[in-house]
Amino acid sequence: MSTQEHIFDAAGPRARRTIRIVTVLSGLAIAAVVVLVILRFSAAGQLAADRWAEFTQWPYIQFLLAGLGNTAVAAAVAALFAIPTALLMALARTSHRAWLRRPATAYIEFFRSVPLLLVVYIFVSGLPTYGINPDIFWKLVIPIALCSSGVMAEIFRAGILALPAGQVEAALSIGLLHSQATRYVVLPQAVRIVVPSMVAQLVVLLKDTTLGYAVSYPELMKTANNLTAYTNHLIQTYLVIGVVYVVTNILISHFARYLEARISGRTARTGRAEEQREAMPAAIG
Amino acid sequence: MQELFTTYFAELLAGLWMTARLTAVSFLGSLVVGTIAAAFRISPIVPLRAVGRLYVELFVNIPLISLLVIVTFGLPDVGVTFDLFTCAAVSMVLLGGAFTCEAIRTGVNAVSVGQIEAARSIGLDFFGVLRHVLFPQAYRSVVQPLVNVFIGILLSSSLAGVIGVKDLTLQVSEINNQAALGLTAYMIAAFAYVIISLLAGWAGARLEKRWRVQR
Repeated sequence: MSTQEHIFDAAGPRARRTIRIVTVLSGLAIAAVVVLVILRFSAAGQLAADRWAEFTQWPYIQFLLAGLGNTAVAAAVAALFAIPTALLMALARTSHRAWLRRPATAYIEFFRSVPLLLVVYIFVSGLPTYGINPDIFWKLVIPIALCSSGVMAEIFRAGILALPAGQVEAALSIGLLHSQATRYVVLPQAVRIVVPSMVAQLVVLLKDTTLGYAVSYPELMKTANNLTAYTNHLIQTYLVIGVVYVVTNILISHFARYLEARISGRTARTGRAEEQREAMPAAIG
Repeated sequence: MQELFTTYFAELLAGLWMTARLTAVSFLGSLVVGTIAAAFRISPIVPLRAVGRLYVELFVNIPLISLLVIVTFGLPDVGVTFDLFTCAAVSMVLLGGAFTCEAIRTGVNAVSVGQIEAARSIGLDFFGVLRHVLFPQAYRSVVQPLVNVFIGILLSSSLAGVIGVKDLTLQVSEINNQAALGLTAYMIAAFAYVIISLLAGWAGARLEKRWRVQR
């Protein structure tokens, strides 16, 4: 049983009455807040049907869907570059060779603690000075891939470190080389452990693509911005877009939790999931 | 390089100061909001639990830019207007509070059930249990996750530049647009972020060591 159920277990008659009263009062307070918000919106004329009608019309939906498509492509391509890079960096950082370990550590720590927007600006207005001037798509996707590969590398590393040291020792003692031990013993297990965290990390990637808004790459956020320039229905459009992001991200995280439940069912009780969550940085952004 | 420090030094410092202020205000706000949300989520009051849950699900999943744009450019349409700094801080506190709430809840779950039963049996009420038993231990056991929240807030404060708050990232970008310094200005800003992150990590490690809960 979790801790939380114990804070108020077996309430007596007085406690039960207090709980009931507070429940009713807080319910009323919440209802009051909701009503106030609705009144505010309707007083400002923001609830008028014609301000929301466009989101049921196919041309508008199609316009936004194109943006969503660009979001998905940007996130997918970024993931495609970030995941292999992250795996290589994690292996390099856990290597016993210093000339591999040190640069990888520097790479990971640098890209983990630099704001994505700064890296995007470097690609938009810093690198063109040196003649490096790719398409706007790459100016958004490469920075996302760089920054998230730093974070993902730490997730991979947590997965690698979560394996009991005895496994590598056993592999070496039966005559495998370090490289073979990594390939046949460490990697297959470590990769499987981190799959749920990697899926959860897709939420961060998806959020990262909203920086397209700052550099005019037509992903969902920028598309919404373009739409509002035409309809002038700011709050409606951004609320609808916000809901799309929240729903998509909730679906992704539920899938990640489902995977985690499946995997922890098979590799029960090693405390691996916990160790990994420790390594997971908060992905605000 | 020379030019950067002679001509644009004031701008750089102003940007750094803005980033520091925004990060500090947002982190402190996140701690307050996150604590309240965590109290909601573990309370016996069903509507409050639901509000806490909804709050976290919503703000853990919404991208900061969407929220910034809604607060800054959307809310004036319903007659709610803040200055830019407040818009950025409010958005970041809403997001940061949701992540803080989840961090604190992990800490609450780490406190053993026996302690809560003991606290209740000596007559502490809900708030007494929270104040004297649960939260003090919860905070201490989640120092590292809270440092991660801090670094997350620091990095995401750069997005405030999107709505026109002149933080470090926006300042160096503008300096670069005027003076075309290539990578110099950007690298200086990058190292400022790296140093603040490393300092936060170091401070967190020290606090964690000093506050470690003996179990």
